[in-house]
Amino acid sequence: MERIELKQMATQVRRDILRMVHAVQSGHPGGSLGCSDFLTALYFNIMERKAGFEMDGINEDIFFLSNGHISPLFYSVLARSGYFDIKELSTFRKLNTRLQGHPATHDHLPGVRIASGSLGQGLSVACGAAMAKKMNNDSHIVYSLHGDGEMQEGQNWEALMFAAHHKIDNLIATIDYNGQQIDGPTNVVMNLGSLSNKLQAFGWQVFEMNGNDIDDILKVMAEAKLATGKAKPISIIMHTQMGKGVSFMEGTHEWHGIAPSDKQLAAALAELPITIYGDY
Amino acid sequence: MLQDIQILNEKETRGGFGEGILEVGRKNKNVVALTADLAGSLKLNAFIKEFPDRFIQCGIAEANMIGVAAGLTIGGKIPYTTTFANFSTSRVYDQIRQSVAYSGKNVKICASHAGLTLGEDGATHQVLEDIGMMKMLPGMTVIVPCDFNQTKAATMAIADYEGPVYLRFGRPKCANFTAENAHFEIGKAQLLAEGTDISIFACGHMVWHAVEAAKILAEKGISVELINIHTIKPLDEAAIIKSITKTGCIVTAEEHQINGGLGDSIANVASRYCAVPHEYVAVMDTFGESGTPNQLMQKYGLTKENIVAAAQKALLRKAK
Repeated sequence: MERIELKQMATQVRRDILRMVHAVQSGHPGGSLGCSDFLTALYFNIMERKAGFEMDGINEDIFFLSNGHISPLFYSVLARSGYFDIKELSTFRKLNTRLQGHPATHDHLPGVRIASGSLGQGLSVACGAAMAKKMNNDSHIVYSLHGDGEMQEGQNWEALMFAAHHKIDNLIATIDYNGQQIDGPTNVVMNLGSLSNKLQAFGWQVFEMNGNDIDDILKVMAEAKLATGKAKPISIIMHTQMGKGVSFMEGTHEWHGIAPSDKQLAAALAELPITIYGDY
Repeated sequence: MLQDIQILNEKETRGGFGEGILEVGRKNKNVVALTADLAGSLKLNAFIKEFPDRFIQCGIAEANMIGVAAGLTIGGKIPYTTTFANFSTSRVYDQIRQSVAYSGKNVKICASHAGLTLGEDGATHQVLEDIGMMKMLPGMTVIVPCDFNQTKAATMAIADYEGPVYLRFGRPKCANFTAENAHFEIGKAQLLAEGTDISIFACGHMVWHAVEAAKILAEKGISVELINIHTIKPLDEAAIIKSITKTGCIVTAEEHQINGGLGDSIANVASRYCAVPHEYVAVMDTFGESGTPNQLMQKYGLTKENIVAAAQKALLRKAK
């Protein structure tokens, strides 16, 4: 998918997110909207994916969502990538759904390879999956996405040390650096300091990009891909705005886990005109 | 039958694990061993020497080790994580819950130095709650083999089973008495001796103590049905019901807290199908301490004499 289509698709994904969260008055729109450009670009342009879904992901790029609360985004992108029917998006967070509040493998939703929600676990899983690829002589890449607030979990730092020690250079871990978490700005709740310096000190190669600019995403992700296979794990500090795409949701933690009202939904969708891909 | 059970030798159950993972590693190229800085304690050295590319040193970072193992399964590997039982369970419970159990990953959590018999390191290391924690997780299989030979057999058997497993074993040398190279069937209770007066269910190190206790009771004219519950979950309910329907009273023996372990699993079955008097031999809701394994087992009431006394109490209650 080319740039213009990616932008359209990211808009459609944002519409999905807002409608899904609104329908059940529950879920996490802020981070989902902020990462929409990235995950759309990843699935529709960057990753080498096979048709259909196989859990082992052998001979294709695979992705792990560690900050599972942005599940509306994940589900929208998976559905629109063809893993399941977009109509199923309407079951999000409802009883008997495969689209659980946080992603799960339990109900065999195609596209999901690990449960996430309890934070800080995805980087370890991505490391293991990347090591398995090496053992299987599979040259494909493991991608992962993490929240910046999530980096406060200690397990991440175990995994960061581990990945560098074991030279896991087929892993590109992206951190959504939106500077916000539930209780407020990250630098007020628990200051992360210079993530870039910390990651480099742990032995990672670090890139930075604007996660709300499709062009920059494609450029930096291409550079990151070129940097794989060089004995260092790769991290991307992705600068985004929480709530990106809806003016009254942007740049604040207030919409981390709050659903829009009917009126707010209408206002939000008005800023995100319907696309050629259509609503679910 | 009871008199036929004799010690072959004295060996560590963790040694059975070390031999088992080496042998299953030769048979199944997908078996991968991970450790959190305890390769020597878990007897992994032979595996590492033969399969250096299938060994992953994780350093002292157990939470990450569990996650890495979950990730390895996605590429078709069969990871065996190794560390002490405490660091295999209570330290990493949420990682096991979300990334392994809820995600249905084929991770084998192999835990040595379980219980009081860890000894001198004391209560910080002597986990006595692990069976309870692990059996509560939906989909988790919980195996507590009784000796070296059975630990080796179980270590190999779990590679052929698809799904998360908790395998618990221990540190010290203890009686090795089950047959070498016997088939290990997950979920199948092992009837060691048939009897009619009382059912004794035991797991792990306590099985040998139960054998000795049964012999003492036999000398007193009491016919003991002795069953090794090496798989706490899934539990062989049919075998338990069959036995207690016949004998009408129960003793359970485990190197674990009284709350949440083997005894409670047996009591659960009994209460639903055929409630009978039941006495526990277990650690009575307290932490352990430093000491030799034998001293600790005596102080905390986990000996053959304790099993005999419990049996006599259960028989008295049955007689009332």
